[in-house]
Amino acid sequence: MDALTHLFQGFGAAILPVNLLFAGIGVLLGTAVGVLPGIGPALTVALLLPVTFQLDPGGSLIMFAGIYYGGMYGGSTTAILLNTPGEAASVVTALEGNRMARSGRGGPALATAALGSFVAALIATAGLAFLAPWLVKVAVRFGPWDYFGLMLIAFVTVSATFGSSPLRGLTSLALGLWLGLIGIDQLTGQTRLTFGVPNLFDGIEVTTLAVGLFAIGEALYVVSRHAFAPEKPIPIKGSVWMTRADWGRSWKPWLRGAAIGFPIGALPAGGAEIPTFLSYTAERKLSRHPEEFGQGAIEGVAGPEAANNASAAGSLVPLLTLGLPTSATAAVMLAGFQQYNIQPGPLLFVQHADLVWALIASLFIANVMLLVLNLPLVGLWVQLLRIPMPWLYAGILVFATMGTIAANPSVVELLLLSGFGVVGFIMRRYDYPVAPVIVGLILGPMADSQLRRALQMSLGDPMVLFQHPGSAIMIVIAVLALLAPFLFRGLARLRKEED
Amino acid sequence: MSFFKSRLLAACIAVAASVSPVVAQDLELSIIAPAGAGGGWDSAARALQDAMVKSGNARSVQVQNVPGAGGTVGLAQFAQQARGADDQLLVGGITMVGAILTNNSPVNLTSVTPIARLTGDPLVVVVPKNSPHQTLADLTAAIKGDVANTIWAGGSAGGADHILAALITQAAGADPSKVNYVAYSGGGEALAAMLGGQVTAGISGYGEWQGQIESGDLRALAISYPEPIEGIAAQPLKAQGVDVELVNWRGVFAGPDIPDETKAALSTAIANTVKSPEWQEILKARGWTDYYAPADDFAAFITSENERVGTTLRAIGLAK
Repeated sequence: MDALTHLFQGFGAAILPVNLLFAGIGVLLGTAVGVLPGIGPALTVALLLPVTFQLDPGGSLIMFAGIYYGGMYGGSTTAILLNTPGEAASVVTALEGNRMARSGRGGPALATAALGSFVAALIATAGLAFLAPWLVKVAVRFGPWDYFGLMLIAFVTVSATFGSSPLRGLTSLALGLWLGLIGIDQLTGQTRLTFGVPNLFDGIEVTTLAVGLFAIGEALYVVSRHAFAPEKPIPIKGSVWMTRADWGRSWKPWLRGAAIGFPIGALPAGGAEIPTFLSYTAERKLSRHPEEFGQGAIEGVAGPEAANNASAAGSLVPLLTLGLPTSATAAVMLAGFQQYNIQPGPLLFVQHADLVWALIASLFIANVMLLVLNLPLVGLWVQLLRIPMPWLYAGILVFATMGTIAANPSVVELLLLSGFGVVGFIMRRYDYPVAPVIVGLILGPMADSQLRRALQMSLGDPMVLFQHPGSAIMIVIAVLALLAPFLFRGLARLRKEED
Repeated sequence: MSFFKSRLLAACIAVAASVSPVVAQDLELSIIAPAGAGGGWDSAARALQDAMVKSGNARSVQVQNVPGAGGTVGLAQFAQQARGADDQLLVGGITMVGAILTNNSPVNLTSVTPIARLTGDPLVVVVPKNSPHQTLADLTAAIKGDVANTIWAGGSAGGADHILAALITQAAGADPSKVNYVAYSGGGEALAAMLGGQVTAGISGYGEWQGQIESGDLRALAISYPEPIEGIAAQPLKAQGVDVELVNWRGVFAGPDIPDETKAALSTAIANTVKSPEWQEILKARGWTDYYAPADDFAAFITSENERVGTTLRAIGLAK
């Protein structure tokens, strides 16, 4: 086993005290920036690039990897505790995680997120080590038609899963798709629905929408109720730690999340969001307690959290083997490689084998460090929930606003945030799910560009979607998923009539 | 938060620089990178920050990211806040020229003061390894034969890659408005389409695809630079009978209406930085090609680029 020998050599380099130190600094910084709003892992790595230029390439890349993984861990904390997802990949975590926190089960929610992230990252990093060269060959075969098929599946499952009725889910999704149209069209460079406002040219920022709908909308809703029925601070029920039942309900979602997250993360245009949606849907369908979904089901935290960490490891596959960054952080890491005159790509594993394997080994180490760092923090974090409601929500408003301004200092952004906050309030008041809006904003533009790319390559022939087996199969699955509930209902009725 | 951090960092670097024997000039600059962290303009701004401080041509430099709309959001903000300022710079490049035209941006590069052109990287024209096109001549023949079925992949619509595809199509004797160009968010995503064999040819910065060209996964047919470049086997388009050249240049600008002495001081600081060994080292490490031009030459260059890019974009139908 060639890869295994290399990996052991990699561990030999990675456990040098100085490299361990860099990994430690990286995970600490990464967790910190993941928790703080506004400053993400991409910016942190960009700021550190000139400083680390003095260091040896191994040390600084190991530190960057620590930041990357740490940011993914930290992002879930604010989503669960404050209903303020710091990044698009933790939007789904907020759905069930915050419900759990508000019913006094913040501890288990944070714990299953941390453990799920650990398990998934471990599996996915192993996948990176052993499958990368093979996986990348499959991934580049994924054409625009296949991406479009994948998006269709995501649309159908999401709109059917979120919310109290498919109609409400679809209504929210349509709102998100409309928001997704705003901005410069990727294929023609022309602006759509921007009304000449330059800040809208790049479209609506996903985190602005998510923070507005979730955090601000929630705060407004709580305020509107508080005057009539003051909500008591939530006591922490039971143990902060996971119970036996929590373990039993978490381990399968972790594994499934990893299995969904890693391959999609490895696709050149896969991203970290789609796997979290798919994982949430899968867990809801497979759960023995589907009635708990929406009220704080632990599977709904365990699965998506595992999926987003696995996709983070997955996205290193195209970065290392193709030099193709699929996230902002990966793009900055690419610049990090280049400043040492190392070009990630097909020759990287050959020319700089020692460096790559030290990096992969340190990913394993960073992962262990993160678990050790995060589990004790759970006890500390849940104390946040003891803060009285008015204080807590005032704090969330300040935090959310500050984060948005820090990421994009503009008046327009702030107005958008407040506007989305009001929309979020109205949607809560009339029982429309907010998550599909975000799904629409993320997937809408992707589906749009991929479909048009496919048509552009086929010179306008729509049959291209069915000529490729991958897309044909996925489209059939999407159609079946859409029609199956109606068919089953029809069959059941038919049978009844026969009786 | 980020502002504070970048300040702190700049301060650290300044301290480190003041220890070195070179006497630092008193410039305290702020550079706007009109793109998000990790992009080309961002890395150019941060590289300039690094080189200016280390070579002692500025005491401190901060980089601020103002992303959006091909740099036109940052440009508009800069034109407003840097009017007459002696401590503000903006990084920009050829993509911005195109974005200004396609977005009908009210602010263009004549509103700001060109200080210096810094780098100019060649674009490369490639085909997948098992493509039937062995040479540039094969490709241009295919374009002439069936322009719609010659599918290009490259970076954003209206950007340098798209312009080059249109120019080559035109030079090959086909209608540039018929060019079938599939835009991706960047050279990376376009690369996947190339390797997957979904398109005929691709265009990107040479550096971005260097690894695949060297490993043989992509076949480089030509570079867009006017002359051959040492270390790059592919020959210029011009040398192969396709009369097109295009350089992906980047430069720095100061605010509108600055006094002459400010312009002179900033130009000198940049000119000295560009000559410093620190800058040369960065160029080498990043694979950037030196394309320095002083303020006046740069201003004339922008005027001609503006016209050329405008003509091409109108031919493609992306600008009016």
